[in-house]
Amino acid sequence: MQRYSALALIKQSLNGHKGWKPQWRDPEPKSSYDVIIIGGGGHGLGAAYYLAQKHGIRNVAVLEKGWIGGGNTGRNTTIIRSNYLFDESAALYDHALQMWEGLSQDLNYNVMFSQRGVLMVAHNVHDEQSFKRHVYANRLNGVDNEWLTPEQAKAFCPPLNIAPGMRHAVTGAALQRRAGTARHDAVAWGYARGADALGVDIIQNCEVTGIERDATGRVTGVQTTRGRIGARKIGVSAAGSTSLVMEMAGLRMPLESYPLQALVSEPVKPIFPCVVMSNTIHAYISQSDKGELVIGAGTDSYVSYSQRGALHIPMHTLEAICELFPIFRRMRMMRNWGGIVDVTPDRSPILGKTPVPGLYVNCGWGTGGFKATPGAADLLAYTIAKDEPHPINAPFNLERFGAGRLIDEAAAAAVAH
Amino acid sequence: MLLIPCPYCGNRPEIEFAYGGEAHVVRAADPRKEDDAAWTEFLYFRKNPRGDHAERWRHAFGCGRFFNVKRNTYTDHIEASYRIGEMLP
Repeated sequence: MQRYSALALIKQSLNGHKGWKPQWRDPEPKSSYDVIIIGGGGHGLGAAYYLAQKHGIRNVAVLEKGWIGGGNTGRNTTIIRSNYLFDESAALYDHALQMWEGLSQDLNYNVMFSQRGVLMVAHNVHDEQSFKRHVYANRLNGVDNEWLTPEQAKAFCPPLNIAPGMRHAVTGAALQRRAGTARHDAVAWGYARGADALGVDIIQNCEVTGIERDATGRVTGVQTTRGRIGARKIGVSAAGSTSLVMEMAGLRMPLESYPLQALVSEPVKPIFPCVVMSNTIHAYISQSDKGELVIGAGTDSYVSYSQRGALHIPMHTLEAICELFPIFRRMRMMRNWGGIVDVTPDRSPILGKTPVPGLYVNCGWGTGGFKATPGAADLLAYTIAKDEPHPINAPFNLERFGAGRLIDEAAAAAVAH
Repeated sequence: MLLIPCPYCGNRPEIEFAYGGEAHVVRAADPRKEDDAAWTEFLYFRKNPRGDHAERWRHAFGCGRFFNVKRNTYTDHIEASYRIGEMLP
């Protein structure tokens, strides 16, 4: 692997930057692998990377039906935070947040992780009580979170409107300072480059069409649009398409797939210093390093795989943005798109073993999977390598629905991720 | 935005409706006889297909009535709508 550094940049500049090599190979699939990961997003590529890096399993392939990072990894609003209510969730998401803090150094790839702070604004008594409960629960779990008055929130985020005459006045805010954003494409590319250097084959334009099992039920390989590929173990990390992939192994999943929309404005100079979320009037916003305001809307109401949604959903969000930030009322929106998110009944992910021997799953992240990328990848790799879940992801098993041990962030984590 | 054919009012925009999830999910006649697996299935598992999907809608800001729709979840094309109690066309 060609290491990136200031010195490498200077050296390359002397010969006109003609010496840079592709960041990963484009190999033909081998006849079989020890582990196949289905889904080449950040979670899947990261799992392959950690299988090779931490567990020494290098005979690994990542199969991606399109191009890597072209699904939800490249479609989300890049918000990273760990201020979840329940103990299990706080442990899971903070594991990821701690990994984000060292990710650029680990990968030798700048993922532009920026701990600019996530401000969740409250508009009424219910919000205040709910957010304060989060603040206290988070602190008990060692996750930073603090309560701000409207004036303190305004000082932290000057464009915020805290005028008392608003339809939904800001009555306070919860601030997680370690939270922030990262460059989503760089996460996929950085993991791909790191995994490739350790021997992982990244196979794009390769859609899985079937999962093969032997007489004992154990997985033996996959059928793909590029032929049959054998595998001793298979990890599924296919987000919105997880139901379809698991059905190939005869497994039904407690998932429903919904379109989730986001949009960006025309690029402007730096104006917005942090991430602001409002669950009550339903908006979240940050500014990318390119200068675009990145705005996330809610899911459409119905099950769909169409990767687009209806215009009234982002309209609703933009109305909230215009009220919270009157300064943005005359800005124009540039692009609007959708991704398909797989939602569980309790809004917590499913990460662990399945009833099929040799088949592992990482899914159900719903509207908030990007923030968990390094953590989910690490834990999926651990579960595949050891054939048992890590204590952090053990509660997020598939059996919890039947057992009634839900981790019900549905109400706690609120609508927006 | 979907244009949804309410069987009572005709074509109306999606914002007049509330989505009600997969249709034809039947509660057991005698819930006491159901085992854990059947309850789990009833409460948490849905078909989630890429293709034809029978789903329940309510014309919340119109006639207020429930009805079913057959929609393709990949193209979002609505193939039919039918009243509660009627069979999937």
